[in-house]
Amino acid sequence: MNNSDKIKRSGPVLFSEYEKGSSVKKALEMEREEILFEIKDSGLKGRGGAGFPVSTKWMLTAAANAEQKFIVCNADEGEPGTFKDRVLLMEYPWLVFEGMIIAGYTVGAKNGIVYLRAEYSYLLEFLEDYIDDLRKENLLGKNICGRDFEFDINIILGAGAYVCGEETALIESLEGHRGEPRNRPPFPVNTGYLGFPTSVNNVETLSSVPHIIMKGSDWYNKFGTEKSSGSKLISVSGDCNYPGVYEVSWGTTLNEIIELTGAENTKAMQIGGASGVCLPASEFHRTLAYEDIATGGSIMIFNKDRSMLEVLKNFMEFFVEESCGQCTPCRIGNVKLLEGVEMIEKKDYTPEYIDKLKDLGKTMQIASKCGLGQTSPNPFISILENFKDEIFSKN
Amino acid sequence: MCETGKLLRNEFIGELVKKMGNERKSLLPILQEIQKKYHYIDEHSQQVVADLLNIHPVEVNSVISFYAFLYDAPRGRNIVRVCKNIVCEFHGSKGIAKALSDELGIEFDQTTEDGRVTLEYANCFGMCDKSPSILINDKIHEKVSKETALKLIRELK
Repeated sequence: MNNSDKIKRSGPVLFSEYEKGSSVKKALEMEREEILFEIKDSGLKGRGGAGFPVSTKWMLTAAANAEQKFIVCNADEGEPGTFKDRVLLMEYPWLVFEGMIIAGYTVGAKNGIVYLRAEYSYLLEFLEDYIDDLRKENLLGKNICGRDFEFDINIILGAGAYVCGEETALIESLEGHRGEPRNRPPFPVNTGYLGFPTSVNNVETLSSVPHIIMKGSDWYNKFGTEKSSGSKLISVSGDCNYPGVYEVSWGTTLNEIIELTGAENTKAMQIGGASGVCLPASEFHRTLAYEDIATGGSIMIFNKDRSMLEVLKNFMEFFVEESCGQCTPCRIGNVKLLEGVEMIEKKDYTPEYIDKLKDLGKTMQIASKCGLGQTSPNPFISILENFKDEIFSKN
Repeated sequence: MCETGKLLRNEFIGELVKKMGNERKSLLPILQEIQKKYHYIDEHSQQVVADLLNIHPVEVNSVISFYAFLYDAPRGRNIVRVCKNIVCEFHGSKGIAKALSDELGIEFDQTTEDGRVTLEYANCFGMCDKSPSILINDKIHEKVSKETALKLIRELK
């Protein structure tokens, strides 16, 4: 694998000292409840962006009464500007897989599935070989580490659809359907893959688990802020000298990220990918944290020479293409917002109409069926608001 | 498609279904394998898959049409995808796209007459730290210049 894929900055949490296989051995000697409480006390939340408490998801899956249960690793990172899971899978696959094994043991699942985005199909062979090695080492298969526990992992490739990062769309896709999100409830923890209780967790979330098992929740809570424990991987790209994946503590300010990545003349930071928010320099004192700017970690930096209208247009084109088309607010709404951007571009608009479109965006945030439509108006609203002087003075 | 072609496909798909199972959950992997061999999933193959999985062919087609990386119409032997994310765009992806298009004499979403290359745009490849990137079949190429991109497509068979 490529050397340049090394983590740019390995922080003290996810990349702390770790002996391969040790957390599985330790976890299998613990009671399932003990693991659940350890994870609960650690405060670990979903790292894909939604930030749902992992212990709650696992407890609900564990509590469900069913013949079979599944652990699904969401490796469908499609949010523009994010690539941390790619680097984790390439450089630290054991953390991901061991996290899945521990999850399986905890909730009572025998099968784990990695849903890998089609764009990462070049990782497939490497990951499958790695899984084979785990089987040989008795970390997968029957009687893992000599205990009465069996678990296996297989990888399913996606086929190019951003919406499949949404957990119910992902499950639909795994079942051989169009990746259209389901109504929730019922939640996957009750009615997931093939109707069985399923815990869907992000690559980075699962990678945190082995460390929490080995070092404990108190150790984990030493990092981050009061409400956001541990660390976060961020994928930084755009106008900076050192783009890449960084492990930062929750509570890190945007200014610190600018310094860390050698960005100059920064005008805007897009936090959380296309579906996130775009912040101007006056907001760079703010922090990455669930209680401030919650994010899956995509950070795109734009310098003073970039056109923010071009950025916005790019994002809206993305959403028009990636909307699954199932619900009206998202299917029609994104097209209307994109038309609005093009009207501004052609200087053929009225401020009143643009305000109406912002209201439409707010409606989409409430009325769309899934996270895609609920977040796709974010760049429209935040870029037009935060960069109105630039956009409306030129156009 | 000639009768022999149909028979060959029947046989290939039959084997696939035997290997992967005839449940609905096998549909995506089966379609991916058919496409790997034939570069797209023709109507006859869709019908065969539908029969073997005991579902309506419209179901099969609706799945193919949903996913950007599955095709129900002929595509080239090689698919060259240019990343459309804004970071790649700011780092020159549009210039690369134009150079490829000029070199091959086709627009995006078109295939060269000899069936050698199809040009496509795709959304973020997750390579923003090494932008601009292009995906040729399932191999990623990072930090490509116009020159490297042209060299790469000239090498395609």
